[in-house]
Amino acid sequence: MNEELESVNFIEQEPEETLSMNPRKFILWLFIVSIIMLFAAMTSAYLVRRAEGNWLEYDIPPIFGYSTAVLIVSSLTIHWAYWAAKKDRFNTLKTAITITFVAGMAFLYMQFQGWVQLVDQKVFFVGNPAGSFMYVFTGLHAFHLISGLIVLLFALKASFQLRVHAKSLDQIEIAATYWHFLDILWIYLFLFLIYFH
Amino acid sequence: MATVDTSLVHDAHTHEHDHHEPQSFWRTYVFSEDHKTIAKQYLITGILWAVIGIGMSIIFRLQLGFPKMSMAWLKPILGEWINESNQLDPNFYLALVTMHGTIMVFFVLTAGLSGTFSNFLIPLQVGARDMASGFLNMLSYWFFFVAGVIMFSSLLIETGPAGGGWVVYPPLSALPQANPGSGLGMTLWLVSMALFIVSQLLGGINYITTVINLRTRGMTFSKLPLTIWAFFLTAVLGLISFPVLLSAALLLIFDRSFGTSFYLSEIYINGEALPNVGGSPILFQHLFWFLGHPEVYIVMLPALGITSEIIATNSRKPIFGYRAMIASMLGIAFLAFIVWAHHMFVTGMNPFLGSIFMFLTLIIAVPSAVKAFNYITTLWRGNIRFTPAMLFSIGLVSFFISGGVTGLILGNSALDIQLHDTYFVVAHFHLVMGASSAFGLLAGVYHWFPKMFGRMMNEKLGYIHFWLSFAGIYCVFFPMHYTGIAGFPRRYYAFTSYEWTKTIFTDLNAFISIAAIVSFGAQFLFLFNFFYSLFRGRKATQNPWKSNTLEWTTPIEPGHGNWPGEIPAVYRWPYDYSKPGAADDFIPQTVPYSQTPESNLPHENELIAFEKEIEEAENLNDQFRQPH
Repeated sequence: MNEELESVNFIEQEPEETLSMNPRKFILWLFIVSIIMLFAAMTSAYLVRRAEGNWLEYDIPPIFGYSTAVLIVSSLTIHWAYWAAKKDRFNTLKTAITITFVAGMAFLYMQFQGWVQLVDQKVFFVGNPAGSFMYVFTGLHAFHLISGLIVLLFALKASFQLRVHAKSLDQIEIAATYWHFLDILWIYLFLFLIYFH
Repeated sequence: MATVDTSLVHDAHTHEHDHHEPQSFWRTYVFSEDHKTIAKQYLITGILWAVIGIGMSIIFRLQLGFPKMSMAWLKPILGEWINESNQLDPNFYLALVTMHGTIMVFFVLTAGLSGTFSNFLIPLQVGARDMASGFLNMLSYWFFFVAGVIMFSSLLIETGPAGGGWVVYPPLSALPQANPGSGLGMTLWLVSMALFIVSQLLGGINYITTVINLRTRGMTFSKLPLTIWAFFLTAVLGLISFPVLLSAALLLIFDRSFGTSFYLSEIYINGEALPNVGGSPILFQHLFWFLGHPEVYIVMLPALGITSEIIATNSRKPIFGYRAMIASMLGIAFLAFIVWAHHMFVTGMNPFLGSIFMFLTLIIAVPSAVKAFNYITTLWRGNIRFTPAMLFSIGLVSFFISGGVTGLILGNSALDIQLHDTYFVVAHFHLVMGASSAFGLLAGVYHWFPKMFGRMMNEKLGYIHFWLSFAGIYCVFFPMHYTGIAGFPRRYYAFTSYEWTKTIFTDLNAFISIAAIVSFGAQFLFLFNFFYSLFRGRKATQNPWKSNTLEWTTPIEPGHGNWPGEIPAVYRWPYDYSKPGAADDFIPQTVPYSQTPESNLPHENELIAFEKEIEEAENLNDQFRQPH
């Protein structure tokens, strides 16, 4: 660890780039834009279809509320991990990023349980579009969350190999930004489904 | 790379990449991450698809022009699709129309045009070593390639490719019972398009990032060539609209394969009720056209950008209204998102809503007219050199105007009731978007062939190719306006339902078909010219068109990293042609104002003070200097 820190201290000041964002982070933001458009299309399709009537009313299973809480916690822990990386606190970083990863897996499991409860409520994927949309929203979000977990896995590996530290924050920043986005995206979808169900 | 500054330690944990490593054949030519190779891959694939796509249109044009003709000679290719009486199978006719549209719009004029020229020109004209992410760029091409393989395989299956029109409206596309093509062919279409969308998103993200992040020293947005502005805005349009098509396709996949009812409401087929309830087919149209309309500009803007560059260079005049050109492209890009419902005037839309969309649609005429005027005023009193690229660019302007004028007619929601889904629409969009962007593509190939392959194309063949195509395309599409006004619907196999359609316009239809065959034949001149010049063409000089932009400062055949040494800095805009007082009739972007006191304008003399800054600035965007 000490060797690690020493080599860090010898690094000369990085020159500032003309545009303060590095291309990889910029690519991430553009990727986020495309995901936003994907879900914007889905939710507007939902509204257009709902306005036409013949809409099944059902209660959203409470487990989706709990899963939301878990996801918000994971968003906090990834921010904690980022903060730890900035301060070169490697043990905290490892803990925080692991908790985030586990919370992400837990969220996915709870979403799946949500589907099970929907089926118990006789809300099926095939049937009234009100139910189908519920499955599509949660399913598509889960698909993106899995991609987020993969990004997180790389950051996890890097932080266990001590490749994430105050002078090398790109990876954790990218993972954190994407994870926060997935969190906000789910909160949007959840509130949307509650408000317009 | 002798000048790579290895003493610059950015980070103890990243290492400088060795750019000299000789790469294997596969990594150099097949799975290449070099933007120039990927551009050529896109170009060659686009050309192959164009031959297939236009070839299909010739087959259905034969059916329309000569309905009684024996097609037995096509049996070796089409097999069972030519029935016992030696006629084209009506279902296959529908499939041909569908595939022609899909292939031309997406594979040729989106991937073939943007894929080729955005990839090739963005790094070269903004002064970058390569795209922001070579890997994503390679992935983009291979997603496109796989999409193409899947689309092609749908041509070979027994039930034939998708047959519901390139817009794939449900319920026709959603129910396998509807049409033979709505079975496996439609599934393959959807899978192929999903992959294609991923490919375009990966490509577009790269283009945007490269333009914003990797410009060389001094290359501000107000010094970017208009090509780059066009490619940039095209990529933004794609980034915002393609995910919406993906949503639409996804829901259609669920409807088809899992039995959901997003787009399907109560439907009876052969007296039997389907289980689907509560869907809305109009919903699909909204989602589809939210992409579909920007798609028109995704196809058109790169061609307009290429034209701006070629017309200015070959008129030896600065482009007229550089900022107006940018503003009109921005205007077109913005308006593209709020006019989609003009494709749906006859879907039972609220007439008030229709009139709003009509108003927004007609506004597009303003930026489009600005562009047309600017092209003409650039040509005006220019020192015009009629290279093949220049001819194709002027041809583009001609098509853009004559096709655009009919857009004003179609954009009117009252007139659209009569003209909707007739040959008038076909004539309109083939001129304004199809032929125009195809001409932009051809102009681009003629103009940048020397940079791509280090050789020149044959000019004489280019002239013959141009005149045959130009006259041929007008002969094909101009008469279609008349058949459209008369009420002939598009996509019909034969006009036998009414007495009047059996007798009129048969000669005109035959004429259109002959013109189509001639235009198609002319493209083989281009193909010959292209492949012949690839190997035997005259060797290109450093700057054959005496152009100002950065790509002509690279070696004749640029290697990996494009510039052998430092990337040149940029001091001026790219359109200093025939500047009064200057020795030559062009001043490249790399020439500082301090070296041209004889031609500087007063405000340019003031800029000399800042040139030292640009010159001495370290190029922090140079990818060879950055840790990977």
